[in-house]
Amino acid sequence: MYTQALDSPAPEARPGSSGGQAALERRFEERIERDEKIEPKDWMPDAYRQTLIRQISQHAHSEIVGMLPEGNWITRAPSLRRKAVLIAKVQDEGGHGMYLYSAAETLGIARAELLEQLLDGRAKYSSIFNYPTLTWADVGAIGWLVDGAAIMNQIPICRCSYGPYARAMVRICKEESFHQRQGFEIMLALARGTGEQRAMAQDALNRWWWPSIMMFGPSDATSTHTAQSMRWRIKRFTNDELRQKFIDVTVPQAEFLGLKIPDPALRRDEISQHYLTGPIDWSEFKAVLQGNGPCNHERLQARRTAHEAGRWVREAAAAYAAKHGGRGAQPRSAAHIASPRAEAPCHE
Amino acid sequence: MSDDWPLFEVFIRARSGLEHKHVGSLHAADVRMAIEHARDVYTRRQEGVSIWVVRSSEIVASDPEEAEALFEPARDKVYRHPTFYTIPDEVKNL
Repeated sequence: MYTQALDSPAPEARPGSSGGQAALERRFEERIERDEKIEPKDWMPDAYRQTLIRQISQHAHSEIVGMLPEGNWITRAPSLRRKAVLIAKVQDEGGHGMYLYSAAETLGIARAELLEQLLDGRAKYSSIFNYPTLTWADVGAIGWLVDGAAIMNQIPICRCSYGPYARAMVRICKEESFHQRQGFEIMLALARGTGEQRAMAQDALNRWWWPSIMMFGPSDATSTHTAQSMRWRIKRFTNDELRQKFIDVTVPQAEFLGLKIPDPALRRDEISQHYLTGPIDWSEFKAVLQGNGPCNHERLQARRTAHEAGRWVREAAAAYAAKHGGRGAQPRSAAHIASPRAEAPCHE
Repeated sequence: MSDDWPLFEVFIRARSGLEHKHVGSLHAADVRMAIEHARDVYTRRQEGVSIWVVRSSEIVASDPEEAEALFEPARDKVYRHPTFYTIPDEVKNL
């Protein structure tokens, strides 16, 4: 996650470097073809840069907004163990947002600009987080299904052509596997519990199943970005391929839990060895994406409130830093590393 | 919207005996906060025993356009590697 603040000029700014736009583009395409990684200071076509900024920032926003539906249950987790786990998971989501914002910033966009896009409603985030978490079983269903779908989506991005995004994704995937397992464990406890608990688990599956499989995005026939992203090796599989993989691994898990996938048309096709679903209601997906889901307004409002309520803290920290020359009340070891002559007058 | 806090690059020593390695970047108001944020963002699973932070603007990087001029000259100097030299099998400890 190297940053744009490094002090060499952007290659575009250098006049006459390596003979013209066409040559640069050809060299870029060849590097992609050889599966080389593109790094922040390398030349890249503007459309590649803009596509990555859009995708990485949407991904970052999704992690940040994704803290809200589950954070909603931290105070009501049914045991101390579940509570500690949920806090750790929500903190991970925050961390993942931070890795991704850093990766987006390497493309030359400021963090403040990214936050502004989220808070003023211009930026999109995963529509799944606009659904409410009505019961404790929803926390299980989110871990199992929503994190499961996210992992399926993210594993191929570990091999994305853009280095900082790929590296962020490796960290995220390593950390995310516990998220899915803890969710399944919650579902398992409910599925093995009382009749009322089983009903709760089934109800959560009923509400989260379709939104989860819609997380992979529109079907290939209508997806506008897929073809170009695959050529640039930002994406490695199409939306429909990933959706199918997810369905194939998840249906047997639901069977293990003794829960029923809410799709009367679902069947296993013996020839292709795939589970085939009934038609997906894309009008719901579009409505939620356009801001008309059950919690769109509430989620953005929560982010705006947090941002405003934290303003005085940010201002106080900045004022404190200015007063102490940006060094803060640092530990002795940091002073030693930052400057071998720590006693020098640069301290104030 | 207010300006961003300065950007820091974060380096972590995974355990004693290993070097610090670049792991990512973050924003912080000052160096102390940068260390504390690095601890929260990059060491939630015992990934480190020591953290360095440095302002990103203080790092001077080589220019990718000059990569050839900088690194190409080493490519044809294979005699810098031990495998370049042929030694008879019977000669031991060499």
